[in-house]
Amino acid sequence: MTNGWVDMKNTDMMLIMGGNPAENHPCGFKWAIEAKRTRNAKMIVVDPRFTRTAAVADLHCQIRAGSDIAFLGGVIHYAIENNRIAKDYLINFTNAAFIVKPGFQLPGDTDGVFSGFDAKTQTYDKATWNYQGSGTGAGKDAVTNYALGAAAHPPSSGAPPVPPLPAKVDFDLSLQNPNCVFQLLKKHYSRYTPEMVERITGIPKEQFLKAADLYTSIRKDGDMKKASTIIYAVGWTQHSFGTQIIRTAAILQLLLGNVGRAGGGVNALRGHSNIQGATDMAGLFDNLPGYVKVPTPADTSFDSWMKRITPTPSKPAPWDSFNYYSNTPKFAASYLKALYGDAATKQNGWAFDYLPKVDRNYSWVQMWDDMYNGTVKGMLAFGMNGVAIGPNSKKNIDALKKADWLVVGEIYPDETSEFWRSPGITTDEMKNIQTTVYRLPCAGFAEKDGSFTNSARWLLWKNTALPTPGEARLDQAIVAQIFLKVRELYKKDGGKFPDAILNLTWNYSNPSSPPLAEVLKEVNGKALADLEDPATKQQIKAGQQLPGFAWLKDDGTTSCGNWIYSGSFTEAGNQTARRDPSDPSGLGVHPGWGWSWPANRRVLYNRASCDVDGKPWDPTRKQVWWNEGQQRWLGNDVPDFKVDSKPKDHMGPFIMNPEGVGRIFAPLAAFADGPFPEHYEPIESPIDNPLHPQQTNNPVVKRFKTPDDKYGTPKDGYTIVCTTYRLTEMYHYWTKNNPMNVQLVPQPFVEIPAELANDLGITGGEKIKVSSIRGDYIARAMVTKRIKPMMIDGKKVYQIGFPIHQGYRGIVEDEGKDARTLANLLTPTVFDPNAYTPEFKGFLVKVERA
Amino acid sequence: MSQQTLRIQKISAHSGSIPGEGMQREFTVCKLIDTTTCIGCKACEVACMEWNDLPFGQTVFDNTYQTMPDTRWNYWNLIKFNEHEREDGTLMWLMRKDQCMHCAEPGCLAACPSDGAIIQYTNGIVDFQQEHCIGCGYCITGCPFNIPKFNNETKRVYKCTLCADRVNESLEPACIKSCPTGCLHFGTKDDMRELAEDRAKQLRDHYGFAKAGVYDPPGVGGTGVIYVLHDVTNPEAYGGLPNNPHVPWSVKLWKGPLKWIGNVAMVGGLIGLFVHYLRFGPKTREEEFETKHQGEQP
Repeated sequence: MTNGWVDMKNTDMMLIMGGNPAENHPCGFKWAIEAKRTRNAKMIVVDPRFTRTAAVADLHCQIRAGSDIAFLGGVIHYAIENNRIAKDYLINFTNAAFIVKPGFQLPGDTDGVFSGFDAKTQTYDKATWNYQGSGTGAGKDAVTNYALGAAAHPPSSGAPPVPPLPAKVDFDLSLQNPNCVFQLLKKHYSRYTPEMVERITGIPKEQFLKAADLYTSIRKDGDMKKASTIIYAVGWTQHSFGTQIIRTAAILQLLLGNVGRAGGGVNALRGHSNIQGATDMAGLFDNLPGYVKVPTPADTSFDSWMKRITPTPSKPAPWDSFNYYSNTPKFAASYLKALYGDAATKQNGWAFDYLPKVDRNYSWVQMWDDMYNGTVKGMLAFGMNGVAIGPNSKKNIDALKKADWLVVGEIYPDETSEFWRSPGITTDEMKNIQTTVYRLPCAGFAEKDGSFTNSARWLLWKNTALPTPGEARLDQAIVAQIFLKVRELYKKDGGKFPDAILNLTWNYSNPSSPPLAEVLKEVNGKALADLEDPATKQQIKAGQQLPGFAWLKDDGTTSCGNWIYSGSFTEAGNQTARRDPSDPSGLGVHPGWGWSWPANRRVLYNRASCDVDGKPWDPTRKQVWWNEGQQRWLGNDVPDFKVDSKPKDHMGPFIMNPEGVGRIFAPLAAFADGPFPEHYEPIESPIDNPLHPQQTNNPVVKRFKTPDDKYGTPKDGYTIVCTTYRLTEMYHYWTKNNPMNVQLVPQPFVEIPAELANDLGITGGEKIKVSSIRGDYIARAMVTKRIKPMMIDGKKVYQIGFPIHQGYRGIVEDEGKDARTLANLLTPTVFDPNAYTPEFKGFLVKVERA
Repeated sequence: MSQQTLRIQKISAHSGSIPGEGMQREFTVCKLIDTTTCIGCKACEVACMEWNDLPFGQTVFDNTYQTMPDTRWNYWNLIKFNEHEREDGTLMWLMRKDQCMHCAEPGCLAACPSDGAIIQYTNGIVDFQQEHCIGCGYCITGCPFNIPKFNNETKRVYKCTLCADRVNESLEPACIKSCPTGCLHFGTKDDMRELAEDRAKQLRDHYGFAKAGVYDPPGVGGTGVIYVLHDVTNPEAYGGLPNNPHVPWSVKLWKGPLKWIGNVAMVGGLIGLFVHYLRFGPKTREEEFETKHQGEQP
């Protein structure tokens, strides 16, 4: 989230889309309700179903799963046409005025792709996705750009070199230049008319206009006081163009001047704890902790790696840019010092050679494909149920059959550890499965301490509530003991490259079960030499905990496991364990409650909550402001800015971008599939893309090629759009083992429109079979008015959906009363090219009686 | 067990004075349920089960998100889900937490023939005292909200206690405590009424629900559980909330104008008993022991 849960109470308008917070985040959702109760805020819900969230919304639009960009693009078009935009914000705080290179082409001008597309490799040459300007700025040394987004098999050898951003960008503050970002945006989304939105999304034109009018009403007559928020979850990310949906939302929010403001922002609701923390700590293969980009084989030394990933400012000459990522070498060197301690020296580039170099995609879906193809031989599965998670559970089961070994750490017997007896596998087949499976009893969440990072980026420490039962062990103890054993083997037998293992620091009071408070201290970082801040003369002694990331150095005098978490465990103690509920400003900042990254800041980019002169857009919701007397930025929240940068210097509020401003146009390699979001159809779609029928899907998305990877079409009889989701009564694949939850939701079900039930002669409660080209799901029919048939591009299309929570192990499952199928037997193996998230939403099925 | 520190104002089938009546001024407590901010998350259902230590029961999928068709003797708090199409064609998904309404004039208490099986505290909570329950089921007939439920094994009737044990300790009921959106409130009847009216006004003024209002039916003297409804003229749409609930005429007649018939019958019974004593004499000890323990469950 740019903002936070509590901050939602400050909003005047909510667009909830790609998420069902009443269902999946009922506790956080209280703040949305609070906004309604105390501010008369309005809530728009756009969802394939009339959900629990829709039940308390002011307007619900039923959208076809996978058509979100069309809807949001339509709202952008509406806002521009009706002049409901934040003009000052747009000109000064975004790149709307920047001029784009003349060679750049929009998909509307071509056959549905941006300029630079190579159909053979399905990649873009992004040379034209750049600003017009002079001087060499960011990425000045052209290096081979490894196409980490591509589903590569065999490994890709690398994409074209990255061109640089210009240091001085040409601009036109009148926004009239036909090649300025604003004009390109206007042109691009001029195709997203209400009629086109209706054809693609199935939302009737009048209803769409009602929603667009309501949402943009906060900028009526240029008034800047009100703020609106966009709230989303995996309903946006789980598409083959998921990142671009979120980009569209970000563009809309920049256009309306909502980012950085109390009650505004683009707010991702993280599914369950500790997803945000996992992402922050390098849950994805192409990040190191704190979102530092991984080295690739093209990076031959620490310096060349830093040269590639450290941006330099790229902005209009009269403006200033903080370009905070210029500190990247400090983050990276301190990280390596945390990993390798004294073994990381200036001479060996902070042990750069010990870091693995990532040459291609190693994401979730790719990993299963690699196991299926025999290159991945074993798997450690902790805190997740890989077979059930899918997508394409059958492929995952088939992949595990080919693996040598599997270790599952769980609190219940789960589908993954029992993949070898999943329904459909015969006793004879079972005999041929040679995979060795180890099932280790782990600790449940109440049996561990540690911190959770919530959607609002707040780290909150929790204590152990219960001892681990029986032989169960803490996850970190299991991992530590495996590590110690591996280290012992390297020590004894040597190996190809033992240094990276033998030199790892492991300074815990209990090496075989590291206390998590010590791990958090290590993550926060400490001084390795006496340090002094030249400005304030504040001193830190060697060995002391760092107060924050501003102290990090690239000379080996600091260590830090994750720069964004620096400040979480200081000399003052564990900041994440703080529980002071006071909120002096009344804005829901609660500065003494837990600790939020970065620097205990609650709303990101909060400089943008003020006009160019540093005065808050809304004096009743003062977050930060420029104090002329003190010549400093002050605030109720921690200013997300260079605190002594005078407003007249025109430093941009988006300090993490080399431009200093928000990106309406995302240049160069920022995204694999385009600098502006374009609507593409899900990989399985009932129609050809009405915008460009010859280019229906996201052009850079690749299909997998194993026999388990099949993709259905309407021609094969798969005509119904299907989506998957979760229930508030259940938690993932866990609570099917708890009698209380099972009492609340006793059986798996599929929600189908009453009209479809009528067509097929299905009555509520009856057993039905939902099939995609990959598999079948058997469950009870829930016949409902809450999903209606839709008209999509002139065709009547049905949409159905079902929750994912059941499987083949659990209370009901073990009784054998009901079907024992997994929801993800149906979902396709395909993923978003930027975030690598699989497309769980919007695939094609057919429905029949079981 | 009744809550010893809560004062009682009404006792079922009790003649004579009520101990401690009028000794203290007490506020009437009230639960406010704002159906317009309920998301049907069922946290209240779970909290009710957990606090009251109610045993799990079997449920069957029934074409709805609703946990079961109706409350049970061991399930006192149930959210009723209703898909409701308005005249303008728009859909609503109404969610109403169903439980004992704690009527000011409780039909169950009026109908109950067993002395002390149903009591009403001065704070308005209507509480069943299972140790005095004779399992006749009259309370079920007397209730206009279909709340009391009979347990075939214990032969007694059960329902929501408004967590009298918690309220006794100055805590809010478990359901209130668990509600994540704050659609549930607990306080004095006057305060809750005011809060409810304010919310209804907000719904009328800012959210286009012209008929929003507060459900606090006068037919039962008002209730200790009140609802804010989007459309107070159509409570039936919320899973059968009666439009004008009242204690059934049969119960009213039986406990009112026709009560003398019962008295006559009772006197007749006493005479019969006396005659029986005269003819057969007193019981032996063994007989008495058997009689005493027959009705008890282990």
